[in-house]
Amino acid sequence: MTPDLQCTNLTKQFGDSKAVDNVSFSVPAGSFFSILGPSGCGKTTIMRMIAGFLEPTSGDIQIKGNSVLNVPPNKRHVNMVFQHLALFPMMNIADNIGYGLRRAGMHKKDIGLKVDEALERIGLPGIGHRRVDELSGGQKQRVAIARCMVLEPDVLLLDEPLGALDLKLREHMKVELKNLQAAFDTTFVYITHDQSEALVMSDNIAVMNAGRFEQVGSAQDLYYRPDTAFVAGFVGDSNRWSGKVVKQDGGNALVQTTSGLTLRGATHGRALSEGDTIDAFVRPEAIRIAHNAEELANFDNQISGTVTSILFNGAASRVMVRDTAGHEEVAVNLPQSGEFANLSKGAPIHIGWASDQANCFAAGAA
Amino acid sequence: MHREAKLGLILLLTPLLLWLVLLIFIPHIDLFLVSMRERVGVGQYDLSFANYLTFFQEPLYLVTFLRTAVMSIFATILTLLIGFPVAYYIAKMAKGRTQSALFLLCLVPFWVSELVRTFGWMILLRETGIISNLLQSVGLANGPVEMLYNDAAIMVGLVYTSMLFMVVPLVTTLESLPDEVVEAGYDLGGNGLSVLREIIIPHAMPGIVSGSIVVFMLCLGNYLTPTMLGGKESLWFTELIYSQFIVRFNWELGAAFGFLLLILSSVIVWGMLRLTGQSLEKTMG
Repeated sequence: MTPDLQCTNLTKQFGDSKAVDNVSFSVPAGSFFSILGPSGCGKTTIMRMIAGFLEPTSGDIQIKGNSVLNVPPNKRHVNMVFQHLALFPMMNIADNIGYGLRRAGMHKKDIGLKVDEALERIGLPGIGHRRVDELSGGQKQRVAIARCMVLEPDVLLLDEPLGALDLKLREHMKVELKNLQAAFDTTFVYITHDQSEALVMSDNIAVMNAGRFEQVGSAQDLYYRPDTAFVAGFVGDSNRWSGKVVKQDGGNALVQTTSGLTLRGATHGRALSEGDTIDAFVRPEAIRIAHNAEELANFDNQISGTVTSILFNGAASRVMVRDTAGHEEVAVNLPQSGEFANLSKGAPIHIGWASDQANCFAAGAA
Repeated sequence: MHREAKLGLILLLTPLLLWLVLLIFIPHIDLFLVSMRERVGVGQYDLSFANYLTFFQEPLYLVTFLRTAVMSIFATILTLLIGFPVAYYIAKMAKGRTQSALFLLCLVPFWVSELVRTFGWMILLRETGIISNLLQSVGLANGPVEMLYNDAAIMVGLVYTSMLFMVVPLVTTLESLPDEVVEAGYDLGGNGLSVLREIIIPHAMPGIVSGSIVVFMLCLGNYLTPTMLGGKESLWFTELIYSQFIVRFNWELGAAFGFLLLILSSVIVWGMLRLTGQSLEKTMG
């Protein structure tokens, strides 16, 4: 089956700098694809090229198998939900949603029916006569999506549409967007710098940095099996140490960090040899914390130390642990089962993790 | 406390009230009273509509009156048609330094007086002027070409004098239109014309209306430009008022003319607001 959207060797040059550098990807029909990256990585440029507001310097964009390179934005079967939604303030809600249909020359009566159906679908029936500024942030969001969806686009582009919402609403809209995508059964391409938005909603995520895709995969792939140091650092939180490979055998490496801490890590198939400088990443939630060293017997990394600070943040609470020799401070997730409720600053503590969980990458990659 | 607040309010309102009463109400009431009297003897006046009757019985007055109205409307439309693309370019297409430079260019002619600006046009358009000489040297004209003292010359002058007052409100309203709203218009299938009609113009409507009102009133009440560029060939109503007051010393008729001009401009502005569905509060506030 032809993918809904396929980009091949897409490149966009602005003056001397390459905003998008030889990016290729394809999005299968009906899936939710996210491009995740820090601001200025080129993700908006990709989106604007797909929508037709920018011409690629080289490469091809195909929608449902047909190249759209010389097709103007108003002729592409691609619609976009803009960052600030861009609802038309001079029209009421029904006219906003019906705008595209009017442009397509649909009959007035059919437009009315379609608009009502769309309002029904986004759960806001009967608000057609209201003005744009009478709606709440979440309602505007849904109207902006409905305005695109009545046109039944092959691909819907979403440019960080949740950025302007407050935290609670954003959490709610994440679930809702995913539901809307399932309800409309349309291919969504979503760009964001917020990893949690991408992780929660997407079938596939591309992590982008400096104009290139670092890795494309499912949320689990990116989280548990990052391909590059950038992905390991960008997706989720990590303890990050720079160091040198002291010994290497099979998939495991013995690493000495620049501050002198020795740890075992996994190369996961990456070519690393003795003497290489590397970055090692260990997620705080992959580290076990215990009162007694015996509990950690089955971990090949064990450190004894003291608690230097407790960062309470509800379910995501952490402790910072400094090893006895005083080399490094390690962030560790605090289990909420109660046994560490009385932990205080300065208390002796033991931590450990499996070498599998310590991802090592050649240094300088990110 | 209550008394003090009241005193504060009165003190704050006094300058405004003085301005309104002394400069607007009293002169207009007096103008109206003067226009309603008829001189029957030396220092003897009667209350009558004679001045207004004179206006309607003398074709020159009536024709000039209507001509002035129609030409002012036409000049306003012309200014809008020329000013809109200019304003759109300044507000939406030009960026950074170019934007401020272009805006400044619109402003520069207003650093000199209207008299000098109009005289500049006379240098260009007169028989021995630059354009006439240029046409002759190129061979497009056999003799001197007179381009002054006709309606077209007045129109050129009026549009030129009014341009800034149209461009400024238009730039302000167009700048407040986010780029992504225009892009959304295209993205959802609109072409240039429909985006202009359904999105840009409705958004710019308050600016269009307020700019048009200002330009229309400036044209209607302009004296210098029509006098200098139109000469005796094309009369402007303000010239008639001037001649009644200053040349003929017929203050009564002049006052009636002035009052009629006030009524005319009010009616046309009101009609324009009704026609475009705008209210004065919306455009000025």
